[in-house]
Amino acid sequence: MKPAPFEYYAPTTVEEALSHLTEHGYDAKVLAGGQSLIPMMNFRLVQPSALVDLNNIPELSFIRPDENGGLRLGAMTRHHHVEIDPLVAERAPLVHETMPKIAYSQVRSRGTFGGSVSHADPSAELVSLSVALNGRFRLQNQKGERWVPANEFFTGLFTTVLEPDELLVEVALPPMPARSGWSLMEVARRPHDFALVGVVAIVSLDKNNLCQQAQMVFLSAGDVPMVAHKAIELLKGQAPTSEAINASADVAASEDIDPGSDIHATAEFRRHLANVLARRALEQAFKRAADNK
Amino acid sequence: MQNLFDLALTVNGIRYEHTVEPRTLLSDFLRHDLGLTGTHVGCEHGVCGACTVLLDGQPVRSCLLFAIQTHGHEVTTIEGLGTIDNLSPIQEAFQDAHGLQCGFCTPGILTTVKSFLEQNPNPSEDEIREAVSGNLCRCTGYQHIVDAVKLAAEKMRA
Repeated sequence: MKPAPFEYYAPTTVEEALSHLTEHGYDAKVLAGGQSLIPMMNFRLVQPSALVDLNNIPELSFIRPDENGGLRLGAMTRHHHVEIDPLVAERAPLVHETMPKIAYSQVRSRGTFGGSVSHADPSAELVSLSVALNGRFRLQNQKGERWVPANEFFTGLFTTVLEPDELLVEVALPPMPARSGWSLMEVARRPHDFALVGVVAIVSLDKNNLCQQAQMVFLSAGDVPMVAHKAIELLKGQAPTSEAINASADVAASEDIDPGSDIHATAEFRRHLANVLARRALEQAFKRAADNK
Repeated sequence: MQNLFDLALTVNGIRYEHTVEPRTLLSDFLRHDLGLTGTHVGCEHGVCGACTVLLDGQPVRSCLLFAIQTHGHEVTTIEGLGTIDNLSPIQEAFQDAHGLQCGFCTPGILTTVKSFLEQNPNPSEDEIREAVSGNLCRCTGYQHIVDAVKLAAEKMRA
């Protein structure tokens, strides 16, 4: 298992990286942390003729406060750095809590935020998390840049709106609403392995302790991160009782997701897991929201 | 013919200069070019953890890095932990607690544990299990590995 030969470029600026991407187009692949791309190259599932390695571009690695109370992350910020960063813990507790659940320490040493979302694996935590948090991605090419909301970024299995000459350079994660609570839960046969199903839930309460906003996004439940549109509509304006939570989880698992069957689990079993996880995640999220005065 | 690149890096405190094809994995470079065969190659797709080495002190899977990416960096392999005559405390602990049987996964576990104990010198059992969760062992069984890590932590604190 050895990668096929390729031309290797190690630019030190974004500008230089973009010129390589413009030159090579579809034949080039961007190398971020390499924790998904290199396995695929080792298996020769992908054989790019050119590899543009972003690991020598310091300007792509940063964690900064955003004016709106949220966070800005450079696309090449490694999982390990996000995991231990105090600003992330303070401003984005959901992200902070999620990071240790991603793969293993050896993978988090190398893997990057931007690499994970660009790879668009529907089982990746950061993919569903970005959608649930209303994240936005800054994409740049030689002609300019555009901001794309996370919920418009993922177009299919391992597919995004990124054009071959474009680079994801920055991620913006807005703060969560006031009096909100959150939860990320997943089921995997072995902890840290790819989740059979997972869910990210974020809810907020109004002054009467009724559900004001709700968001639920499932991982490994379809080709893209699956937003549980019907289930969250059911919750809005409701008191977070067990009945309301159960009804929402039922709809999420039966109508909002589109899980497939494979060697790891049947679609039916995934729907069952989704139901249980949705219920538990909503319970935890509402409890945190209630405690969050 | 593939382009060759100049690679200069430090491995276990020794500086090496080589030319490599960009597609050469760090694991293969260490074993074939430097003869450091203590780094074991298991799955070659980032699942088993046998090839774990330290890159600038951080545990990484050497099968998921191209050697050329370590240009200018520092790599520590199992050969850098200790020698047969002068074992590191972690190696001693694995010997004392019978933390290895066939030994194939052991170098990857020892490098992982080295970095882990530097960051967390007094870990709980749960933290130890979490720390070695990225390393597959198919014969020793994890109980003795966990015991060995506990013992190593004690030795290093002493």
